[in-house]
Amino acid sequence: MTSPTPGTARPSSGSPPSGQGRGRKPFVRTVSKTGWWLKHPRYMRYMSREVTCIFIGAFALLMLCAVERLSKGQAAYESFMATLQQPLGVVGLLLVLAFALHNATSWFNVTPKALPVQIGEAFLAGKYIVGAHYAVWIVATLVVVFFAGVL
Amino acid sequence: MSQLKRRMVQLEVLRYDPEKDSEPHFQKYEVECNEEWVVLDALNAVKESMDPTLAYRWSCHMAVCGSCGMMVNGEPKLSCHAFLRDYVGMVIRVEPLANFPIERDLVTVADDFIDKLKRVKPYLIPKDKKTIAEGEYKQTPAQLMKYRQFSMCINCMLCYAACPEYALQPQFLGPAAITLAHRYNQDSRDGGRDERQEVIATNEGVWECSFVGACSEVCPKAVDPAGALQQVKVASTLDWFKEHLLPGGTP
Repeated sequence: MTSPTPGTARPSSGSPPSGQGRGRKPFVRTVSKTGWWLKHPRYMRYMSREVTCIFIGAFALLMLCAVERLSKGQAAYESFMATLQQPLGVVGLLLVLAFALHNATSWFNVTPKALPVQIGEAFLAGKYIVGAHYAVWIVATLVVVFFAGVL
Repeated sequence: MSQLKRRMVQLEVLRYDPEKDSEPHFQKYEVECNEEWVVLDALNAVKESMDPTLAYRWSCHMAVCGSCGMMVNGEPKLSCHAFLRDYVGMVIRVEPLANFPIERDLVTVADDFIDKLKRVKPYLIPKDKKTIAEGEYKQTPAQLMKYRQFSMCINCMLCYAACPEYALQPQFLGPAAITLAHRYNQDSRDGGRDERQEVIATNEGVWECSFVGACSEVCPKAVDPAGALQQVKVASTLDWFKEHLLPGGTP
């Protein structure tokens, strides 16, 4: 079995860096600029987190549209909201919600790496740092829901 | 002494002879191994009894020296720490560490990493220089714990082989070099942070990292380079705010 590894062998010339001295011919393997993330589940997990920004960005634009409609008066705004409440609109919003939840949870779960809390010689267990983020999230959600008049 | 269990292990090893080959190719070996062996032992058995031309690096055989890093079934591993019992029923495919040029067979060119390591000054730059007569630089256990985890790096380069940012942007300083800079920046005895920040708080430094986290997943010493890099980002951002927003800063 001989599946060739794509790349290039670089014949030595002069004394360039990275191992290209006399008689050396290092072989440089190429990396696919578009397909690299399909090579390992951990890269796919990473891309699943990164792709959420597209949906969150789209939702932010939708909110801007809502504000623009609101500026045009009550009828324009209610018509916009009615469109969003169509089955396609609801499916789209549920999709955005799913990606937003994935975005929030995937970032919350790695916060202990960025924000370690040292107490004396020990470090606070990551679950407390993650838990604090979830707690703030729940409180913030309740506040928003309260001001939205749902509670 | 009880009889050690032996079995035949199939290896596919990437071979590359710069004097003969235009590109690497896989070569198959079937070698009798002890069940307790690691991939490095299997390679040693190949070299000793089947093919003395096989080239690879190794030294300590105990996950300390960091020289036997290879791709084992697509995963960056220390070959002295990749147990054959974890690959039962599989063909074990061994390749040189990803993202580094291949010098010969499983030997890679590590010059790029060594150059980057030098650039971050991974050594103590004392805050206050003392003479020997003035005594040692003292440190409390809590001050030690602040950086101890990051001092466990053995420069094995597995994190570079796992890092897609380094694969796509070779100018990226990379996980281990930045982690070692952070290790010294966190040391209470050190005064070299400003010098290192010039190198690591840059686009080619920590801001090239998009927090894939693969470096920490493959690290054989649980150093958590991804954590170190995020902490450098937080500290560098605070530096920027102090410099630009607080009175007395120098924008």
